[in-house]
Amino acid sequence: MKERYLPLMATIAVFLALFVTGGIFYKHFFSTLVLGHILADNAFIIIAAIGTTFVILSGGIDLSIGSMIGFVGVTMAFLDTQGWHPLASAAVLLAFGLLFGACQGFIIDFCGIQAFIVTLAGLFMLRGACFMVSLDSVPIRHPFVGVFADASIPLPDGGFLASSAIVMLVVLAVAIVIAHFTRFGTNVYAIGGDRTSAILMGVPIRRTTVMIYALGGFYSALGGVIYALYTSSGYPLAGTGNELNAIAAVVLGGTLLTGGVGMVAGTLFGGMILGLIATLIIFNGSLNGAWIMISSGVLLFLFIVMQRSLVGSFNLRRTA
Amino acid sequence: MNIEQPHALDRRPMSAEPSSKTTAPSPDLGTRLRALTAHRATWPLLALVIILIVDGIIAPGFFTIRIVGGRLFGSPIDILYRAMPTALIALGMAVVIGSKGIDLSVGSIVAVVGATIAWRIHAGDPHFVILLTALAVGLLCGMWNGFLVAVLNIQPIIATLILMVSGRGIGLMINLIYGGTDPSFQSPLLQGLSVGSIGLIPTRLILFAGLFAVLWFVIRRTALGLFIESVGANAAAANLAGINARLVTFSVYLISGLCTAWAGIILTADVHTSDPVSVALFSELDAILAVVIGGGSLAGGRIYLGMTLLGALVIQTLATSILMSGLPPEYNLLVKAVVVLFVLLLQSNNARDAVFTIFRRRKG
Repeated sequence: MKERYLPLMATIAVFLALFVTGGIFYKHFFSTLVLGHILADNAFIIIAAIGTTFVILSGGIDLSIGSMIGFVGVTMAFLDTQGWHPLASAAVLLAFGLLFGACQGFIIDFCGIQAFIVTLAGLFMLRGACFMVSLDSVPIRHPFVGVFADASIPLPDGGFLASSAIVMLVVLAVAIVIAHFTRFGTNVYAIGGDRTSAILMGVPIRRTTVMIYALGGFYSALGGVIYALYTSSGYPLAGTGNELNAIAAVVLGGTLLTGGVGMVAGTLFGGMILGLIATLIIFNGSLNGAWIMISSGVLLFLFIVMQRSLVGSFNLRRTA
Repeated sequence: MNIEQPHALDRRPMSAEPSSKTTAPSPDLGTRLRALTAHRATWPLLALVIILIVDGIIAPGFFTIRIVGGRLFGSPIDILYRAMPTALIALGMAVVIGSKGIDLSVGSIVAVVGATIAWRIHAGDPHFVILLTALAVGLLCGMWNGFLVAVLNIQPIIATLILMVSGRGIGLMINLIYGGTDPSFQSPLLQGLSVGSIGLIPTRLILFAGLFAVLWFVIRRTALGLFIESVGANAAAANLAGINARLVTFSVYLISGLCTAWAGIILTADVHTSDPVSVALFSELDAILAVVIGGGSLAGGRIYLGMTLLGALVIQTLATSILMSGLPPEYNLLVKAVVVLFVLLLQSNNARDAVFTIFRRRKG
């Protein structure tokens, strides 16, 4: 087995261990129904995290995800009240996400400002824009929302794959192809692995950086669309703090924050692990929401320590 | 066509002194202007002045300071007063960023400190002991971050993400320990430190000035500041030079934890209650912004304490002027983002060159 699959294997092992633990402690936990619900509930955050994976693989970071989810949702709801079809507003907003991300990427590369700060300004800007669109929660009443919610693929054993989960799996497949089978994907890994070498090898840094953040913006806008359709409403505070959940999902998925090492598929399992923790605590019933935060933190800690020892013992990345 | 920028001024050897000494005997105006545009204090100061001028225009009497109820009263005092928690957190952040680190957990540390204060007051501790306990809790959080970064060698952004994710949960758990139904409290000592005033001047300003002086002394008049900056610039080289990089890195998170704890005491005593979910929300982002507006680079190697204070003041002045201008407070974030982006673009040599080039072409 190649060494670079080790973190991914570890992530899947943790996911399975958590799932089996849940099955042992709680009746009915070990079922496709629960699995389908976890997939559907976390689809939007996993979609956004898939885009973030590219950003982090290139050694950057994108903090504007949560605000993008909120902005897309609240704008979709607003356009719905103006009589737009959800698909039309989704198309416009996806284009906006792409463009916004591209702008961030351009500023990061052209002005030589850290990605952290530029996307932080992006976070403030989009959240401010949310409040300008609406201060209240706005319902989306278009019949298409009902059609979207009802569409699902039945799974054996009584579960079902909701439409949001299907969209998520499709875009995950697309992202895996982009990351591992295109020139762009190779460039992303090259920039994240060793920027200086990438420049010397002739990797087009500016074009790739702009494309990376454009992709990140597109995926988080898509996450926002799915979130709005799934909850059939737009709320200006939606997605607050989700940028960190997305980053946590990427880290739990085995991607190194220093860039260059990781796999897009890992992010799916990273996001699912976060979803599993929340579900386990809800199943328990006697624990409150504070435990979700604390156990996420503890798990994040254990994972990072594990990653460090893996990196150290297998030399996944010389400079890490 | 590229106008030569005296970038070298930005990269002068470590020194807190402004680079005014470099002015050659009577250089021409253009050179002087260019030296000024490259000075790191110019742009943030210009931003602050512009915001203040706009304030003076839209709000007559903006700069009037009166004495009401035995203390100074007026918009400038109000800005200073409200900027203190952010400025405190930002000072700690500036030190951490100087070591090439970052502390995302400051908001959560404020939450934990607040919850601890409410808990110990309900338990009936003497208030002076509670004050020390709160500081100790901040120190403990800093030790945890420092342990992860310095001992386990985890990247700072991730190491502090752990406490950021779980800290507010810990605060909620502490609230639950003593029942959690009513985390409000009364404490003459803590509230005096936060909202009281000594003579005409608000106490928190005096305490901030004291803390700033101590921190400035530690960073600029002992070797620690030099050590931190050299670790931030190149940890390996610093280690070879005989600096215990691990210990230095550890210490910056302690400083950040302490500064944040003090901000936590002010914020908690201000509202007489512990609210781990929403207290100091986005404070880590504000603090980082203050450092960056103040010209600190996230690449490490520089600590600008005074400039960071200036950055915090820019942020608060902006927030106050949005409130006064009659714009809904919801616009706060948007305006903040635009101004920050503007300051950043001005600080970027590449963007400035592009603007200069366009102007040159227009002229012919």
